[in-house]
Amino acid sequence: MKRYYSVLLLTAVIVIIQVLTLITGKAYLLTQLTMSAYYIVVAVGLCMVMGYAGQISLGQAGFFAIGGYTTAFLTTIDFSGKAETVLYRMLDTLGLLITKETLYGDTIIHMTPWISLLAAVLIAAVTAYALGIPILKLKGHYLAMATMGFGIIIYRIVLGSRIFGEADGISNVPSFPVFPGISVSGDFTSRISNYYIAWLLVILGMLLLINLINSRVGRALRSLHGSEEASDAMGVDTSRYKVIVFVIGAVFAAVAGFFMTHYNGGIGPSEAGVAKSVRYVAIVAVGGMANLWGSLIMGLVLNFLSLRGVFGHFDDAVFGIILVFMMMFMPDGFIHTDVIHDIKEMLRPLFMRKKKLKKKQEVSND
Amino acid sequence: MSVEQVLQYIFAGITVGSIYAFVAIGYNIIYNATGIINFAQGEFVMLGGMIAYTFSGLMPLLPAVVLAVLITSAVGSVIESVFIRRMRKTSVLGMIVVTIGISILLREAALYIWDEQIRALRFFTGSEISSVNIFGARISPQVLWILGITTIIVAGLFLFFKFTLTGQAMRACSENLRAAKLCGIRTDSMVNLSFMLSAGIGALGGCVVSPLTQTHYAMGTDLAIKGFIVAILGGLGNAIAAVAAGLLLGLIESFSISILPMAYKDVISIIILLIILVVKPSGIFGSRQASSMKDY
Repeated sequence: MKRYYSVLLLTAVIVIIQVLTLITGKAYLLTQLTMSAYYIVVAVGLCMVMGYAGQISLGQAGFFAIGGYTTAFLTTIDFSGKAETVLYRMLDTLGLLITKETLYGDTIIHMTPWISLLAAVLIAAVTAYALGIPILKLKGHYLAMATMGFGIIIYRIVLGSRIFGEADGISNVPSFPVFPGISVSGDFTSRISNYYIAWLLVILGMLLLINLINSRVGRALRSLHGSEEASDAMGVDTSRYKVIVFVIGAVFAAVAGFFMTHYNGGIGPSEAGVAKSVRYVAIVAVGGMANLWGSLIMGLVLNFLSLRGVFGHFDDAVFGIILVFMMMFMPDGFIHTDVIHDIKEMLRPLFMRKKKLKKKQEVSND
Repeated sequence: MSVEQVLQYIFAGITVGSIYAFVAIGYNIIYNATGIINFAQGEFVMLGGMIAYTFSGLMPLLPAVVLAVLITSAVGSVIESVFIRRMRKTSVLGMIVVTIGISILLREAALYIWDEQIRALRFFTGSEISSVNIFGARISPQVLWILGITTIIVAGLFLFFKFTLTGQAMRACSENLRAAKLCGIRTDSMVNLSFMLSAGIGALGGCVVSPLTQTHYAMGTDLAIKGFIVAILGGLGNAIAAVAAGLLLGLIESFSISILPMAYKDVISIIILLIILVVKPSGIFGSRQASSMKDY
């Protein structure tokens, strides 16, 4: 039960933040907080891959784009003139079609996003599995470049294909009715419910990962990160665990991409860019690599500030400085379990001097 | 496809391939001395082109190019002594993250010093409309410049590493850093020199191709991945094989345009990278025996 205290604390903080924004009349901040939450889902997934399994992935934005573009493509297909097709009749009898009216009074019939959620997760998982089996045999620079290569392939495909809208991306993505009456959309009036949906997703993700870390898989991963040879020798099926974690990270990114696309009502190729992948790596690095809560907190802080435009023109430069600074001076991350210990260590010379002086005085007194 | 057309594609491929080779040679020099892949290698090419462009407005072309090479070498040296030297003891993961961070910083710095406009250095001889006729294919004289300078660089590097004491010392560092140190080689300055050398070569490459391919502050990332593909294709650490691999990739890309849409050009080369990494990570010119000793 103890391991869930921090999740309860997170839930409390989420509610407090929402109430605070309501009281201070700054409800507009919820928009950025919601978007940050979706990016956090990617970051904690990557945290498992990088921190716990020790495998770098510079292609996480590619999986995010797979999730986003899958749903954007599927849910913007208009069935209104295609009542005779087999697919239409099949979806109609299963009750998986949604009819809505546009601003101009036209009716659009599209499939429910639940299908595209399933598709997004499946495509991301299969891609990650097929990609992971060969490339996770690589190490270090080779793995970094291979994953980055995957990211660039996805970016080039969405940028160069007409069905994905080329440089414009896909817009007019319909809202996603999660529960009856509550849906994921950029609608002004549903800002609060969207905020809670996003953070509910974060909490679910965290619960899943916390349980995973404290399971047999988690222990295997930690041994893998410590020394691949040693854990291999202990009978841990290292290559299988690496692929499992890679797939989990990919699915997290794809789900985040799916929700973000419905929230924004569209997706563009910049979401698939290498810069985004590097950004996720920066967040995990600042969070302290093998630290889910660190990734969560830094993901919230950095994404929120970036989305609010605090860094202005220096947005990318800030993330570059963070990467270099963290690796040079704090390779264990900004937030880690031993922060208090570290501060003590830093302050120790100050106390030491006093103690030594006292001792010297004692000696001289004798 | 007529003979002229094929020739035209070949020359286009060689031009692009040469710039990849420049980046790959830079990777190899640093990799040999330190075992690091410097993700900021593409940025050196960009810096070379940008600095030379700025100076070419004030002076003739040759001193502008020389200045650009010298300044970029200095940048490489500073990067090594400020960042890389302190990082020696960290993991590979840390090294990757740092060099990516440096590449972002160089790119952003270039964006603020210059702007997001695309620039091109003026042609070394003639202008953009002058052309040389070779077996019916019409190519820019700049292509000949690129080929000439690539040849000189490769020959120069070969002689440098083979016959000069400094070059031999650098090779010793790549064999075994500690043993080299025990032999009295200043390993720190050798590593520093390797950064200067690869930055300088990258900058020179950036200058010679700038009239044809243009220079843009964000060109580094694409070059970094292409250069890496070439370095892997040739076998990491082998500078001469890198040139052959560079030309090969350039030709593949150039001919792929005639079959597939332009937008998928990068997809082809990255798929080649993934295949090579999985099938034969020692590169097409690398020996299987030597690769079994290495950790990929």
